[in-house]
Amino acid sequence: MLYLAILAPFFIALLLPVLFRWTRARQIGWGLLLVPAALFAYFATYLPAIGRGESISREMSWVPSLGISFDIYVDGLGLLFALLITGVGTLVVLYSIFYLDKRKEQLHHFYFYLLMFMGAMLGIVLSDNLIILYIFWELTSLSSSLLVAFWYDRDRSIYGARKSMLITVFGGFAMMAGFILLYIEAGTFSIQGLIAQADSLLGSPLFYPAMVLVLLGAFTKSAQFPFHIWLPDAMEAPTPVSAYLHSATMVKAGIYLVARMIPVFGASEAWFWILLLTGLVTMCWGSVSAIRQHDLKGILAFSTISQLGLLMMLLGIGSAAMFVGGDAMESVYAAAITTAMVHLVNHATFKGSLFMIVGIIDHETGTRDIRRLGGLMTVMPIAFTVALFGLAAMAGLPPFNGFISKEMFFTAMISLQELSWGSAMLWVPVIGWLASIFTFGYCALMLFRTFTGEFKRFNFDQEVHEAPIGLLISPIILGSLVLLLGLFPNLMVPSLIEPAVASILPALDPELYSFRLYLWHGFNMELWMSIGVIVFGVLLYRSLPGVSGWWFFSRERDPLNKLYDGGLDALAVGSEKVTGIQMTGRLRDYLAYMLIFMIGLATYVFFRSDSLVAPSAIAGDAPLYLYGVAFLMILATVALLRIKDRISFIIVLGVIGLMVSLLFTIFSGQDLALTQLLVETVTVILLLLAFRRLPEITPERIPVFSRIVKLVISSAVAIGVFLVGVSAFHFRNETGFASISDFFKENTYELGGGKNMVNVILVDFRALDTLLEVLVLGIVGLAIIMLVKHRFKGGEDV
Amino acid sequence: MRFTREHDVMQRVWITVVICLLLAFSWYLFFAGHNRPGGGFIGGLMTASAIVLMYMFFGAKEAGRVMRLSYPVVISLGLLVAVVVGMIGLLAGDAFFTQYFDYVTLPLVGEIELTTAVPFDFGVYLVVVGATMAAIVTISEDED
Repeated sequence: MLYLAILAPFFIALLLPVLFRWTRARQIGWGLLLVPAALFAYFATYLPAIGRGESISREMSWVPSLGISFDIYVDGLGLLFALLITGVGTLVVLYSIFYLDKRKEQLHHFYFYLLMFMGAMLGIVLSDNLIILYIFWELTSLSSSLLVAFWYDRDRSIYGARKSMLITVFGGFAMMAGFILLYIEAGTFSIQGLIAQADSLLGSPLFYPAMVLVLLGAFTKSAQFPFHIWLPDAMEAPTPVSAYLHSATMVKAGIYLVARMIPVFGASEAWFWILLLTGLVTMCWGSVSAIRQHDLKGILAFSTISQLGLLMMLLGIGSAAMFVGGDAMESVYAAAITTAMVHLVNHATFKGSLFMIVGIIDHETGTRDIRRLGGLMTVMPIAFTVALFGLAAMAGLPPFNGFISKEMFFTAMISLQELSWGSAMLWVPVIGWLASIFTFGYCALMLFRTFTGEFKRFNFDQEVHEAPIGLLISPIILGSLVLLLGLFPNLMVPSLIEPAVASILPALDPELYSFRLYLWHGFNMELWMSIGVIVFGVLLYRSLPGVSGWWFFSRERDPLNKLYDGGLDALAVGSEKVTGIQMTGRLRDYLAYMLIFMIGLATYVFFRSDSLVAPSAIAGDAPLYLYGVAFLMILATVALLRIKDRISFIIVLGVIGLMVSLLFTIFSGQDLALTQLLVETVTVILLLLAFRRLPEITPERIPVFSRIVKLVISSAVAIGVFLVGVSAFHFRNETGFASISDFFKENTYELGGGKNMVNVILVDFRALDTLLEVLVLGIVGLAIIMLVKHRFKGGEDV
Repeated sequence: MRFTREHDVMQRVWITVVICLLLAFSWYLFFAGHNRPGGGFIGGLMTASAIVLMYMFFGAKEAGRVMRLSYPVVISLGLLVAVVVGMIGLLAGDAFFTQYFDYVTLPLVGEIELTTAVPFDFGVYLVVVGATMAAIVTISEDED
């Protein structure tokens, strides 16, 4: 049943093309709404069991020899994410039914990618096997990229899709390398198996490389500095996608992975520092950059980056619980993990609703530029209310859920001073607090620039009015959750948050982190910090018109993009140069590369194993007619060089081929002789047919140097082949391996049921090789048809 | 060189005989493969030469009319046959490409050997015929 739940989105996605033919486009959206909704309901039934601290695992073997099995492990963390994925997924599908134009858009593509993403995401958070996790991980990268490129005729979409693909897949590869290092050390791909061996892993030399590689995967996916640059460009995707993938779920896959890996890596201080610093830098960079944006989605993108940094940092602080001693201290840092989980949910609610509202504004006014927007409060009262809830939560104002997680975040940062570095850690809360001021600033910017001020009708190409109710349902639900979770923060704590924390910190006593959340803490440090954020945030917003002239604030693009674009250009130019050197378009050059490599290889082997044998070492007595055949071959070859006429050339070439098949016959290789004969015949026919196309042989003036090089290569090949033959013959009895020929000789009749050994090898013993060979042959045949019949006639756009 | 119809009637008549002999011999080679020299690859090449003769003496139009299937289809069919034979082993619970053989006694014919290697070899045969002919016909029939 669990497998079905994970794979259901894939199956239904595969059925989509058929369904799409039968039904009208909008109905298909309604039908598909059932998928995430049913999955959400299904996963919700696991809540009681997980809440009791149980975990559910299912095993299914896939490639046992490599340790890959499709194992599912449902615990608090996985379930929290699964509910998030299906829950937000339901709302996003509902929203997209009204958002996308069913007449103009290719809806079946959209829903196909979306379902594929949903299934892949469920696979990530529920699988216990790292390789399976990796496969699903890359599937999310793929579907994300496809969704960003949904409007594939726009250059910006293609640019964004390629960027997100390159960066996240780069991280994915690094992550897989990290998983393999872990496998080498621990001998298992199972996450739970790794957790069980965490202590012995800590001392291994591969521990730190594995950690860095796995973190690269998580950081690229979760848009951590300096890999965050793909996220703003991914905003070219349709807004439901941005709400779903690029704020609520996919970018949190990195958070999930880090949380999942805390029991494995958390005991090392390096892990703590990397997460803390990366998170802090990302958070500041994101919130400072958000202020520079004019595009509403751009602001939200950078705000998402900043919030992801915050989550990463909280997980870092929380993993301190793994190495500080004492119950009291552990409890303090476990609280940071709780904060991360609470904020994860909070962020999904308020950011999801904000994205949807931005989508509505875009939909109704035709622009997202805050320089053109304004005064929408009276035009769109409902959207305004929801946006107010979301922005207030994001800025950390009571009584919304963001306030609670922000206060808890301050607590976690202050608690850092209890570590052995003491008050030297004071700079962390200070920087975090500064970032919060900027967060407040861009929230104010979004709210006031969009909704207040004068409504300028002539700014818009279309009649502006409140969105239809269908579009508003989803943001209203999320907006109410923002308020509800703010007023009753403990609603989800015992059933959802605590089991998740339990699976991140399995070694801790659950008593240490089971506490209740409150809106009102009394007058403490955190409250004063919040008040400070509001005061300075208002000041910041007031001073924005003055600041916006500074060079840093006057440009929207992230300066790191220059690095990416430059790197990509350099890569293209560089590979073009390398290709230019190597791919000359002349067959003789390619032949030269291959031959030089083979000569080098043979020479290396000769000297490496000291296996050069002088030809005199073997003296054989060959019958006289063999000399005759050899002499004829040499004669034909020498004659070939002198011939200037093409017909004679082909005929003499045929002579050599016939001599070779004669040799095969003499050494009783009838099959080979027959094949050689037939190939020779067919080749000659082909050459004669293509004759008309071949140009005249024109005498070519070849420079002396080039002639010498060619002479050297050819002689080296001739001598090399001869020496290899001699040596192979000389050492035939010293290899230490039994010759495989003996096996074939003995078993051909018993196992293959045939007397022709060559043929039995081809069709029975090595049938797979034969299959692949004929596959190559078939592809060559098709390729010739393609090349000849569909070649460019000039003037095509390549 | 385009394939055009040869106008010499005598040549057409005797070349028909040659083609028939070649085809028969290629089939002999194909079936002989298991115990004597021959097999799908050689048989396929031999058949291809026979078909080329057909093109040369009867022209592309008529030869194409005799060869009902287009060569890409022949290639695909061959690959399909080969893979399906490989799957037999999987279905029987053995490794991919396990080949089976048995001896059966038929009335009048006597004891003969039946093996799954023959259909596999037939797949090889089809691909070889298809690829060779595709190359030859496409290149020579190409305009300009």
